[in-house]
Amino acid sequence: MSEMSTRREVIKKFLKGSGYLFMGGAFWSGLLNETKAADLTLRPPGAIKEKDFLKKCIKCGACVEACPYDTLNLATVEDKEAVGAPYFTPREIPCYMCTDIPCVPVCPSGALDIKSLLASETVEAEHEGESEMDINISKMGIAVIDNSSCIAFDGVQCDACFRACPLMNQAIYTDYVRNEDTGKHAYLIPVVKAEFCTGCGACEHACIMEKSSIVVLPVEVVQGKQGEHYLTRDSEIDIEDIEAIKEESEDILDYLNNDWEDLLDE
Amino acid sequence: MKRRDFIKQAAVASAATAIGLSIPLSVQAKQKKIEESWRWDKSVCRFCGTGCGIMVATKNDKIVAVKGDPKAPVNRGLNCIKGYFNAKIMYGKDRLKHPLMRVDAEGNFSKNGKFKPISWKRAFDEMETQIKKSLAELGPTGIGIFSSGQYTVQEGYAAVKLVKGGFRSNNIDPNARHCMASAVAGFIQTFGIDEPAGSYDDIELTDTIVTWGANMAEMHPILWSRVSDRKLSKPSAVKVINLTAYSNRCSDLADTEIIFKPHTDLAIWNYIAHEIVYNNPDAIDKEFVDKHTVFATGHVDVGYGMRTQDHKNFTEAEKVTVAKQSSKVLSKNEGIALAYLGHKEGDTLEMKNVKTAGKHWKISFDEFKKGLEPYTLDYVAEMSKGDVDEDLEQYKAKLKELADYYIEKSRKIVSFWTMGMNQHTRGTWVNEQAYMVHFLLGKYAKPGDGAFSLTGQPSACGTAREVGTFAHRLPADMVVFNPKHRAKTEKLWKLPAGTLNPKVGSHIMKLHRDIEDGKIKFAWVQVCNPYHNTANANHWIKAARKLDNFIVVSEAYPGVSAKVADLILPTAMIYEKWGAYGNAERRTQHWKQLVTPVGEAMPDIWQMVELSKRFKIVDVWKEQTIPGMDEKLPDVTTAVADLGYTPNTTLYDVLFANEEAKSYKSDDAVAQGYINTEATADSRKIVGSDGQPWTGYGFFIQKYLWEEYRKFGVGSQHDLADFDTYHKVRGLKWPVVDGKETQWRFNSKYDPYAQAAGTGDFAFYGKALKKIPQGTLKGPDKDKEKYDLSNKAKIFFRPYMDPPEMPEGEYNLWLSTGRVLEHWHTGTMTMRVPELYRAVPEALCYMHPADAKKLNLSDNDLVWVESRRGKVQTHIETRGRVRPPKGLVYVPWFDEKVLINKVTLDATCPISKQTDFKKCAVKVYKATAKA
Repeated sequence: MSEMSTRREVIKKFLKGSGYLFMGGAFWSGLLNETKAADLTLRPPGAIKEKDFLKKCIKCGACVEACPYDTLNLATVEDKEAVGAPYFTPREIPCYMCTDIPCVPVCPSGALDIKSLLASETVEAEHEGESEMDINISKMGIAVIDNSSCIAFDGVQCDACFRACPLMNQAIYTDYVRNEDTGKHAYLIPVVKAEFCTGCGACEHACIMEKSSIVVLPVEVVQGKQGEHYLTRDSEIDIEDIEAIKEESEDILDYLNNDWEDLLDE
Repeated sequence: MKRRDFIKQAAVASAATAIGLSIPLSVQAKQKKIEESWRWDKSVCRFCGTGCGIMVATKNDKIVAVKGDPKAPVNRGLNCIKGYFNAKIMYGKDRLKHPLMRVDAEGNFSKNGKFKPISWKRAFDEMETQIKKSLAELGPTGIGIFSSGQYTVQEGYAAVKLVKGGFRSNNIDPNARHCMASAVAGFIQTFGIDEPAGSYDDIELTDTIVTWGANMAEMHPILWSRVSDRKLSKPSAVKVINLTAYSNRCSDLADTEIIFKPHTDLAIWNYIAHEIVYNNPDAIDKEFVDKHTVFATGHVDVGYGMRTQDHKNFTEAEKVTVAKQSSKVLSKNEGIALAYLGHKEGDTLEMKNVKTAGKHWKISFDEFKKGLEPYTLDYVAEMSKGDVDEDLEQYKAKLKELADYYIEKSRKIVSFWTMGMNQHTRGTWVNEQAYMVHFLLGKYAKPGDGAFSLTGQPSACGTAREVGTFAHRLPADMVVFNPKHRAKTEKLWKLPAGTLNPKVGSHIMKLHRDIEDGKIKFAWVQVCNPYHNTANANHWIKAARKLDNFIVVSEAYPGVSAKVADLILPTAMIYEKWGAYGNAERRTQHWKQLVTPVGEAMPDIWQMVELSKRFKIVDVWKEQTIPGMDEKLPDVTTAVADLGYTPNTTLYDVLFANEEAKSYKSDDAVAQGYINTEATADSRKIVGSDGQPWTGYGFFIQKYLWEEYRKFGVGSQHDLADFDTYHKVRGLKWPVVDGKETQWRFNSKYDPYAQAAGTGDFAFYGKALKKIPQGTLKGPDKDKEKYDLSNKAKIFFRPYMDPPEMPEGEYNLWLSTGRVLEHWHTGTMTMRVPELYRAVPEALCYMHPADAKKLNLSDNDLVWVESRRGKVQTHIETRGRVRPPKGLVYVPWFDEKVLINKVTLDATCPISKQTDFKKCAVKVYKATAKA
């Protein structure tokens, strides 16, 4: 193990220790191959859940037409996507996160949902027609970094993804880690913070690797889910839920009151 | 296996070396097999002044991979992303491969013709004709060379020798003038010798790093990683302070970010000095100050390096700004700052000392102290706070904290600066102010204590400065206007006495202006892109294209200057030739030619030496008239017999193929096994300048040029090692005395020259400007004798003054320009690397979101950025890497599609002649969709 405890491992440990993984910043490897292509499709901002999206989208192309950067495409038969549905490929053209989000209001079917782009406190105001959409809360996907190919982990001073990020220092920041090998050149390690990452893909587009080391994947693919049986230290405890647990169900009583003799040998 | 797979495999192994990752045996074996057919050689990165060492792998006469050189002290096997792509810069699809000339239907040169491929012979024929025409009409000053801090040392040396020694013209000036001339003038005026005392090792030895107008994180990433590592080593003790006009990448690491208003760094330095002298006199290192320094000051009515408003080509809009070259009405801040001269707000300051801007004289400490009087915290904070939204008290606290760090006795501190302080219409002053503070505290030329001007270009120090490819310089800090320096040079170059021209030539701004005025009719651009990188570009592009002149551009890729040219010469790139660069810490590093140039491209040395064959002594060394000089340059053709020449001897035989040159054999041990396109030709057998296949000079010309060049410095404070030594080591920091490099100059413990001076712990032994008049703040006293300050440095008092153009009226925003990490200068190389192009394909206009909103602009909107001089279209970005405060926009200059230098102002520091690319006034408005 001592030989395996390489610099890279040390960095990983350091990152884990700082708890970045718990914040949802995802380090990624291996999953891509096991996942079906369709699951990895990125949709426009405000898209509802993939399953519902495919049902609701009427393939009219209004969003594609509204996009000023030709970011959005309509899937053709060759694309292996649901034919006619809008998607984008960040390595080719990322979402430039227009502040007026022209692609969403034009959606006639609700497959792209304006409400999902309103900050929660302004939902009410929206009903009076006063609220503004905020592209920064969109969730087209989450960027994940392949730390086995990203050269920042080799000490190269890159951070092209960091500088390309429209939410620089929020969605991607760099962690400074000492370099004990050269003794004097700190690593600047990019870290994605999932809670801020919109999945625009500017990072994936900018990555200077031959094949991008940072890739945007749909939220549903990337995001894990904690069990409800354990509440982490900072979680707010909902007293009502705990009360509910106290009530015993009829089934339990039935079981307990059934013939105990069955437990014995016949 | 494909080439790309090879590279990938190599990259794996290289990365593993750097971080000690264990690689599976199967991959190791495969890797070994691939590498067996590669040759690895040491070299240096092509890009910035950091001077990272790289290893270059070649196979079948192509570069197949690079990696950071683990043995290089600067970078220890690491690189930034530009360095990472060194292997790709030479193989862009649109690499220029043949000489191209604008010709008419008959094949004759025509100013309005289209570019067509021609032979090298045809190219040299035309150059010869055009140079002879210009010389006949205008004399030696009729020609001009745009040179570079990206020349190899030997190229720069050959260029100076040809232009100054051969053509007797001093009209050669590097793009380095745009880059660090203010640092040079600061060094010369303060120390009497150029270049920093310290080295990068100060980063690991200091407790405090202050960046002044230096976005090191993007511009010197490897050095920034060293700063970061130092910070991480002692997070609470080591402090990093970032002084900048806009929020940048350095602020992420910095403990404190100070956003100041452009140009007010002048006032901030004086505030620190005021804090020392008035409030903490005990902090002054009295022994250091008394023993090793004197106080000095100079004129303030020196203009801004602009032409006067009567120039025929100025538009009415331009004249508004240019008028200040002659006189200006003093602002409130200037009224206070210049009260010591009897001035007040509203007075008109006539610029009477434009031509004597560099004059300075000794003053007393009491006078120095009097000059600093106005720079209280209140005055300076109010004037300099750059972010209108920042609380004034909070800003004051930051300035006070900054001063306290400098003042704290036991705290080591290094000030770093780059273009923010050098590209400045008072750039020389602000450089001198940095030394002022460090000297007062005795925090200079000591391990961990220093003031360090970071260089932009890879050999701005090694070539432009040390060789002296400037209009006023000769090698080893000598100058053309000093008769002793000329005599020494003539002796070493074996020229008749009186050959060299004593009149300073045109600096790079003036080269352009001279072309516009018809004073230069032949210009040659080497290793730079002046029609892209010079401020107020509309004037210069028009002048080159519309007037009767001939512009030659030696280039690797078709950039803006190539487009403007009349003749384009395809030119070998870094690893296609032998060379040497000198980095910012005085480290000289050599490399060998590793591959054959592409197409018909040839090295710059060859281009210059071939041209020298076309000129005889009698063509250039007869009596010559130099405009502005009463005496003529003497006829020296009669004196050549003593040197063994005849009037018909060519410049080639005098300057480059003399007996000494021929003594350097092309089969030298260092040369064994390596290509040498100049010395022995290469496998291409291209048809050369005489129409015959090129077979080589037959002697080791690069080694000759090196060995002759270093004679200038040995024993004269600029000692360089011999050629062979540099091919064994990872660079050496000059002066190299008895085989040892010098870590800290001027410090007797480390620097043999300082020790020899016998003046105690320090000796500022530079020889220039060491006898100065004495006087008061108001001026020199003619009755007093000149003061001899041998071995001492100067502590200058320099006041605050406004820049010549500030936001007002319709031009209500500051424009600041600069670089981005991904691209090098004008992008001719990095924009050809697909990965870097993809990462940053376009220069954006970075703006504060509130300003954008006020102008009814959203992100990505297409806008015009317009000044009194020109306008460009670009897209707005409010969320990017550069986050300006309200009132300032930032546009990088790498992108020829966004030629921002049409907008910038060609005002310079009057002393250093370096342009201020950081400040002018613009308006920004939405570009209406094209019809």
